[in-house]
Amino acid sequence: MSAGAPTRATAFVASRTPSRDESRRFSADDAFALALRIASLAVLAAVLLLVWQTVRGAAPALHAYGPAFLTGTEWNPVAERFGALPYVVGTLVTSAIALLLAVPFGIGAAVFLSEIAPPRTGAVISFMIELLASIPSIVYGLWGVFVLAPFLRTLVEPWLIKHLGFLPLFQGFPFGLGILPAGLVLAIMVVPTVTSVSREILRALPDSLRGAALALGATRAEAIGVTLDAARPGILGAVILALGRALGETMAVTMLIGNTNHMSWSLLGPGATMASVIANEFTEAVGKLHLAALFEVALVLFVVTLIVNAVARLIVLTATGGRRDVAGAA
Amino acid sequence: MSRERPDAGMQKLPAGVHWTRRVGNRVAIGACVLATAIVVLPLALLIVRLLESGLRDLSLDFFLHMPKPVGELGGGMANAIVGTLIVVGIGAVIAVPVGVAAGVYLAEYGRERLTTVVRYTADVLAGAPSIVVGVAVFGLLVVPMGRFSALAGGVALAVLMLPTIVRATEEVVRLVPASYRQAALALGAPSWVATMRVVLPAARAGVTTAALLAVARASGETAPLLFTALGNRFWTTRVDQPIATLPVMIYDYARAPYSDWNAQAWTGALTLLVLVTVLSALMRVATQRIR
Repeated sequence: MSAGAPTRATAFVASRTPSRDESRRFSADDAFALALRIASLAVLAAVLLLVWQTVRGAAPALHAYGPAFLTGTEWNPVAERFGALPYVVGTLVTSAIALLLAVPFGIGAAVFLSEIAPPRTGAVISFMIELLASIPSIVYGLWGVFVLAPFLRTLVEPWLIKHLGFLPLFQGFPFGLGILPAGLVLAIMVVPTVTSVSREILRALPDSLRGAALALGATRAEAIGVTLDAARPGILGAVILALGRALGETMAVTMLIGNTNHMSWSLLGPGATMASVIANEFTEAVGKLHLAALFEVALVLFVVTLIVNAVARLIVLTATGGRRDVAGAA
Repeated sequence: MSRERPDAGMQKLPAGVHWTRRVGNRVAIGACVLATAIVVLPLALLIVRLLESGLRDLSLDFFLHMPKPVGELGGGMANAIVGTLIVVGIGAVIAVPVGVAAGVYLAEYGRERLTTVVRYTADVLAGAPSIVVGVAVFGLLVVPMGRFSALAGGVALAVLMLPTIVRATEEVVRLVPASYRQAALALGAPSWVATMRVVLPAARAGVTTAALLAVARASGETAPLLFTALGNRFWTTRVDQPIATLPVMIYDYARAPYSDWNAQAWTGALTLLVLVTVLSALMRVATQRIR
């Protein structure tokens, strides 16, 4: 570890040239360390300002509505009555759909990449998955609106209504825009997180685990089962990390969800999320309370993602024995 | 990973293995292959459509001309392309020096208590939804300044770039062998000279990669720019004025009820993706070379 050297080094230099250092109480080294410290404090300040401003912006709404803000279902800027429940529910439901789809496929791909694929194939597919992660949200939104939505409207949703329409989840009309399409595009966006973090977790496991299973006569798939079992806590961390991402995702969801604060059981109907209502209404917010209500939505979103991310990082760090690069891979 | 593994599909199971286990083996491995195919499929579909629709309207005019008024065909996104460069540039000018300095601090002064706090805040910042950053910067800059501006957009992007730069810089600076620093100190160099002239140059490739990665990611961000840079249908390079950016313009054009605008949104998206992925791909090649 190269860390920690400077303090000792300063002492060393000082002892070699006492006369110079005694005349200058504040050495160049001190100035350098101070500059670095100030830069670090700037990072800290950025976060504190972020939190402070969000709370300050939300203050009028916090005063006016209190905890009822989270349970109210009415969002009426004219009457200045604001309740964020539809948006909270929308965020949770779209994220749940995203995870439901992304987790099994993402883990399957991670297993393929770390346990099955020949190295070269694995490298190519890993590259493609990282490419998937680097595509901007707005491009997913554009693709979602012009490709995914028509596909869902003409083929998938009519099928769902016809065959699963007895469930309240799949009743209604095929719009192409709504909760399900938003969840689907979210799934595509968070799958790289699940895959790349899980893959790193699986790779971090000792080879002896697989070897032992195979030596006992396990088939390849059974040996994979053993490694998956050992990787379970780390993979859970990967999933929660993906959740943190899904919760805060804005553009693609805003473009696909249909944007209404009406709550219904149907996944085919339009909805809204915390991020999407901010994106839609923020620049057009008229009253002071309307703006404050949107700030409060941002605050709730911030707090929730903060908790989710903290839990995820903690789990991934514990599972990988403190490898921050894995936790930061997302 | 250079670890050799026998191709799983080819595994020879001994004769005594029960058929259910044989089938189970095949099914499980087949499922993993299928899952991988399904994960990669959207990428293929997206790229194909993006090239198809993006190239259709691609011409030099798109890069050189201003947006035309509603109803007139043609025109380009010249102002948005320049605007993106300006806003991302402002972000980089703020985030890179601060982020690198903070990263060096975390790596070199790891025993001070402040480092734990800063590391934690960088993690918090990395997880903050970008729309929340946009909202906060609106309150911190746009409201006091009285208008949306390129500067506010740049600051919002800087906040998003910071955590990536800080943490990646810390990682690569830690990788520089301690003997480098020790050699410099033994030659009588003060600590700060050892850091600036020996340690940082040794980590230069990694630090550059980290910075470019952060910039590439930020250049595709839309949400934080909606309420900071806003957008502008006219040409401006002033940092205190609302400015057009590629992601926000794609958003506006995608939502617009005019098919020629929709078509231009695809060309804009292709331009944006080329900008972002070329940068990220370069990063990846560069990182592999260092490791």
